[in-house]
Amino acid sequence: MAEATRLSSNGTAQRGPYISVITNRTTNLLIRGTMLFGVGVFLALVLNLLQVQRNVTLFPPDVISSIFSSAWWVPPCCGTASALIGLLYPCIDRRLGEPHKLKREWSSVMRCVAVFVGINHASAKVDFANNVQLSLTLAALSVGLWWTFDRSRSGFGLGVAIALLATLATQLLVYNGVFQYTSPDFLYIRSWLPCIFFAGVITMGNIGRQLALYECKVVQEKIHQD
Amino acid sequence: MAKHRRLRQNISAAFYRHGLLCASYPVPIILFTSVSILTCCYPLLKLPLPGTGPVEFTTGAKDYSVPSHEPQGDLGERPDWYQGPPVAYIQQVLVKAAVSPWDSSLVPVDVFRSPLGRVFSLLEEIRNHVYTDRSLETLCLQVTELLPGLRRMQSILPEHGCLLVSPGNYWQNRRDLFDSDPDILKTVHQHEPKGIHTSATLKDLLFGVPGKNTGVSLYSRKRVVTYTITIALSSYDARFVASLRARLKQLHPSVNCTLREDHMVHVHFKEEIGIAELIPLVTTYIILFAYIYFSTRKIDMVKSKWGLALAAVVTVLSSLLMSVGLCTLFGLTPTLNGGSIFPYLVVVIGLENVLVLTKSVVSTPVDLEVKLRIAQGLSSESWSIMKNMATELVIILIGYFTLVPAIQEFCLFAVVGLVSDFFLQMFFFTTVLSIDIRRMELADLNRRLPAEAGMPPPPKPGPLRPREAPPPPRPSPHTITLQAPAFRNLRLPKRLRVVYFLARTRLAQRIIMVGTVIWIGILVYTDPAGLRTYLAAQVSEQSPLGEAGLPPHLGVAPVFPGGDPTSTLSVLPAPEPTPLPENQSQGHGASRPGGAPLTSPQISWGSEDEEVWRRLSFRYWPSLFSYYNITLAKRYISILPVIPVTLHLNPQEAIEMRHPQDTQHAPRSSAKTTDLQTDLTLYKVAALGLFAGVVLVLLLFCLYRVLCPRNYGQNGVQHGRRRRGDLPCDEYGYSPPVSEISPLLLRGHSMDIECLASDGMLLASCCLAGQIRVWDAQTGDCLTVIPNNGLRRSSSSGCWEHRDGWDSLTPTCEPDALMGTESRAPVFVDTDEYNEPPLRRRVTPSRPTLFGDQPDLTPLIDTNFGELPPSHTTVGFGFDFGGLVEKAYKEHEASPTMHFTAPTPPVTPAPPQRRRSLGDPPVAPPERINVSPGEWDSSVWSLELRGNLIAAGRSSGKLELWDAVEGTLRCCNEDGSSGITALAFLNNRIVAARLNGSLDFFTVDINKPLGLLQYRGPPGRASLPSSPCYSSEDVISCQLTRSVQCAHQKPITVLRAAAGRVVTGSQDHTVRVYRLEDSCCLFTLQGHSGGITAIYIDQTMVLASGGQDGAICLWDVLTGSRVSHVYGHRGDVTSLVCTNSCVISSGLDDLICIWDRSTGIKLYSIQQEVGCGSSLGVISDSLLVTGGHGCVSFWDLNYGDLLQTVYLGQNSEGQHVRQLLVLDNAAIVCDFGSELSLVYVPSVLEKLD
Repeated sequence: MAEATRLSSNGTAQRGPYISVITNRTTNLLIRGTMLFGVGVFLALVLNLLQVQRNVTLFPPDVISSIFSSAWWVPPCCGTASALIGLLYPCIDRRLGEPHKLKREWSSVMRCVAVFVGINHASAKVDFANNVQLSLTLAALSVGLWWTFDRSRSGFGLGVAIALLATLATQLLVYNGVFQYTSPDFLYIRSWLPCIFFAGVITMGNIGRQLALYECKVVQEKIHQD
Repeated sequence: MAKHRRLRQNISAAFYRHGLLCASYPVPIILFTSVSILTCCYPLLKLPLPGTGPVEFTTGAKDYSVPSHEPQGDLGERPDWYQGPPVAYIQQVLVKAAVSPWDSSLVPVDVFRSPLGRVFSLLEEIRNHVYTDRSLETLCLQVTELLPGLRRMQSILPEHGCLLVSPGNYWQNRRDLFDSDPDILKTVHQHEPKGIHTSATLKDLLFGVPGKNTGVSLYSRKRVVTYTITIALSSYDARFVASLRARLKQLHPSVNCTLREDHMVHVHFKEEIGIAELIPLVTTYIILFAYIYFSTRKIDMVKSKWGLALAAVVTVLSSLLMSVGLCTLFGLTPTLNGGSIFPYLVVVIGLENVLVLTKSVVSTPVDLEVKLRIAQGLSSESWSIMKNMATELVIILIGYFTLVPAIQEFCLFAVVGLVSDFFLQMFFFTTVLSIDIRRMELADLNRRLPAEAGMPPPPKPGPLRPREAPPPPRPSPHTITLQAPAFRNLRLPKRLRVVYFLARTRLAQRIIMVGTVIWIGILVYTDPAGLRTYLAAQVSEQSPLGEAGLPPHLGVAPVFPGGDPTSTLSVLPAPEPTPLPENQSQGHGASRPGGAPLTSPQISWGSEDEEVWRRLSFRYWPSLFSYYNITLAKRYISILPVIPVTLHLNPQEAIEMRHPQDTQHAPRSSAKTTDLQTDLTLYKVAALGLFAGVVLVLLLFCLYRVLCPRNYGQNGVQHGRRRRGDLPCDEYGYSPPVSEISPLLLRGHSMDIECLASDGMLLASCCLAGQIRVWDAQTGDCLTVIPNNGLRRSSSSGCWEHRDGWDSLTPTCEPDALMGTESRAPVFVDTDEYNEPPLRRRVTPSRPTLFGDQPDLTPLIDTNFGELPPSHTTVGFGFDFGGLVEKAYKEHEASPTMHFTAPTPPVTPAPPQRRRSLGDPPVAPPERINVSPGEWDSSVWSLELRGNLIAAGRSSGKLELWDAVEGTLRCCNEDGSSGITALAFLNNRIVAARLNGSLDFFTVDINKPLGLLQYRGPPGRASLPSSPCYSSEDVISCQLTRSVQCAHQKPITVLRAAAGRVVTGSQDHTVRVYRLEDSCCLFTLQGHSGGITAIYIDQTMVLASGGQDGAICLWDVLTGSRVSHVYGHRGDVTSLVCTNSCVISSGLDDLICIWDRSTGIKLYSIQQEVGCGSSLGVISDSLLVTGGHGCVSFWDLNYGDLLQTVYLGQNSEGQHVRQLLVLDNAAIVCDFGSELSLVYVPSVLEKLD
């Protein structure tokens, strides 16, 4: 708050407290991070539920707790990862100096999220003949997602890198016995995991960029004012 | 390539024709589309309703054989799920037991205690039944453990054995437990869930009949207890079942039973949707709605945003329905779960095309005919639409070749959906759009009448464009025009009228009231213990024929229309129910004769008993099996014909079976229970009704808050969150097409523009670099460039710094200063050049040619050096190069520099040394040299333009008068030392407000005043390049006539002059009004509680002021009294404009508020984008222009509707319109970063006036 008042007092024009808070870099970063974290946790819970459904045949009536059926640390991890990714994307855009120009609007972001959930849905609900087919289909869908909503080289590179890293990390966790797949067939999960990670990175990056757009605008405005 | 272009042209032409067609015949086309939608949706009627209800299939029991796994194909009516063995065969034994004859010595508990007790012997019989070495144990469905979550049911449901369910399970199938149970009802009810439940409860499960039909209650009037024993068999042995049936029938014959026994019903269950499955579904729907919301929010500038959004959604939805319908027609029944793929289909089909269409049509010229607008908009977007359509089709085709059946099916649907969506867009949405736009045009027409009323046609001042019209002259001064009420009504926005209508008629409250009443009525009627049963009882009592009344339960099996008519006649209980003395309920007793004869309960069998499970919840079987983790989803069970068992018990038996507590508790508890029951029902109904009402009210309130903005009439919802500027290109790289209003960009300033001034013909601007440029307001040509002499650009750092930096550099030259200057001069110039010369201020720094003037400098420096007064050499720190260079620069500046301003041909070359020859006293050489260093860092703080004189007030307190055409300094006044914060130039007076709060009045004397006037007389481009009308001998002097030293205690922030008055506003919270002629202070207006930030005064002597406290005051200039005082903004009021009827204010909160001038009521407000709040202007009485994020928007003042948005540049990211100036000739000048933008608004004006 002190920061905000100082900001507003030394500026040529006085600003409302809200604007000051937004303009404050760290606060803004914090807000964005929190929002992304929330989105990540929510998506992790919901998508986990989708996956769980595939493996368990039927739920007893009072099994709402199956939302939290997987390890407790999985949703926070997903949230943290999504916050990092969402903050990383605009940062890299700025570093590379090629701002993301394609379809910067919320409706497109929503569409992207919907397609991401759809990919998850497909991987959970559709019966594929074999795992190669599943992998190929999901890969095509993920790349399609990137082409439709991102189309930036940095986005693709980051997506692939993070997807590989995350898959590796999951594998390591599994080998060390920290985490276990509930799925009967192990290959099945391995075949969709990278694609889902890639699509998730693209989606989160999209959200992060959209959120950063507000900061950009406000900061630009501030520079202008000074 | 040519082919490609030809194709494109063809498509465009086709779309154009199509647009014309749609706009010409809207009604037939809409009818046609509706008919085609309905036709395509017709096959949907054949589809079963979506849901999870089970499907049945009946076969004969005699020749039953387990269906094979392979579909045989030829069995036409056999459903495709009827393959393989069922999960289980269900054999139910339906037991009806009654104590008969009934006599008065029996207590109510006797109704069910002994009949229930017989279940144990029956169970024993069934368990021990053996038919040719096959016992039940070998045939029945063996179950293992219950699910872990159901431990509490462990004692009741069977585990590790046959799945055999009966009421005996309550007592672990042990007779002794039953006999020692003091309260059977309590045992039965203790497992019932509290609250409302829809699925099968434990009581339903064990009894096998709906709870109210069991007869296990204290106030049962039939006194017949009904329950089933349910056996699940894993394999079907017809002989075993037949022998069991025969045995039971033999033991307990049912005399009048004619139930059919030859049918087997197979029930197939669909996939269940549990909560766990619903959560992702709900999430996708939420995302879908967010997507639709964010998409439709972008619809702009149409008459009815909501209508168009609705049309867009309808388009997408009906295209989906059409696709499903068409697929059904061609035999592709959807096997996918429609609910879950639907959101993805919508997302795939998308709303983008619709939005692009709207945007494109809206951005066509407003003054065109509607037909042409639609056609143009369509054709301009035709290519992108076709391209996207083709891309999507290709993607879907690729998806089709994944060869995964589910994806293939999805793709098939998506293709049909896409095609039908395209069809609907082209026919339905386009037509709706044309209707909408036509409505907008009509509204414009309607608006013309009041706008023109009482206004003389404005004379056209003969500008370049015939369409341009100046704002109409204001009516007579000193009057505040009040409007007729009718006119004011007309101005109300439509939404507001709807709200008023709702408020007036109290529609919402009435609807809620009626709804609540109906709700309560339905509740009362449908409640099981409520009105309906009572009515039914009444009817059945009164009618002589029992069956004339309502049947006690409505679940009559439709499959078997009727068995024996005689048996159905005896379905109903005895017409005269016999009340028990201790059981006479208060509600029913009155209507019944007290001394009715006691009749025995009668056991009757009807067709409804054939399939008793039908009356249960359809989740009965799935939930029973789910307890053992057996899913019935996508599987089926076979239900064998029921075995009827009739038990007649004599009263003696019943009395023997009594538990000692039964007689003690029963009568008392029965009365209490009935009492409690009715009471509870009443309370339940009342509570539910209340709850429903509250929920309804809350819902409507929320709806109201969502639909209506915070303020009545505030257009926040629609206009508030508009974010046009931040998207240079949208979804498909679409950028707004070039509209007829094309802004003229005036480029030349190197930095952001700070001051703007105009007198209609000329336009002066000053940027942060201190450079003043004069432009022709008609053509946008740059006429003159007046460079700054205070700032220089350092090429190394790329930023602007003050002269001080230069001064610090001089000591390096100091040792050589007194040596021969001939040799030193080149060094000096080199240093100078390195530091990006202050000598070349006239040139924009980016130009590489600027070094060309280097040779000019050396002689200048030389000569000046020679002429240096000796006093300078005696200065303590040695030779002042700064002064030298400055002087050289001053000299050089006046020299002809045509080659620098090459793109501005109209500038006439001025003779060199012009200023010297003028002999202007203030700029005499000695003065120039002795000038204080402070002068150098003076920047232009304020700018005014009249005729061809530019008055510039500098931060050093210097007032300069420049010739706008020639770019020469005509006059300079340095009487004050405090910075000039504001200037007003009226007639031949200049008023300067200073930072220290003083107010200086200057008089500009021109010895040939006619010349000036003559120049102003014939305006126009042609006269400008020619020589000015006054010769260079004209001496313009500017004299301080009066200085009001302490006009304000604090710096003066605003200064406005009009109608012979000068109004100043200061940070000391006061406004002062001065007379211009004698600079006499007339009033000091107090009323603000913060510094004054904005003032408006015009010829009609309307004075408005706004302060830092967010308040706006209207004053009467004649009396000095405050007319009105409103608080409108959070934060400073940044600008104020008044029209005849309203006051428009903008604040730091980026809100533009429109107030009624006479009443001070806020009409509405417009939320601006961040940082764009202060730029606004009024073009005519009803046209407001505001600056935005890279664009300017035109608003209709009367309605608050956005008329048009003009984008200032192709790449408009990051630039705000910060200042906006409305010129007389209906042009707008706005600064746009370092550029100026000149926007002519002929078409908008024409529409309005």
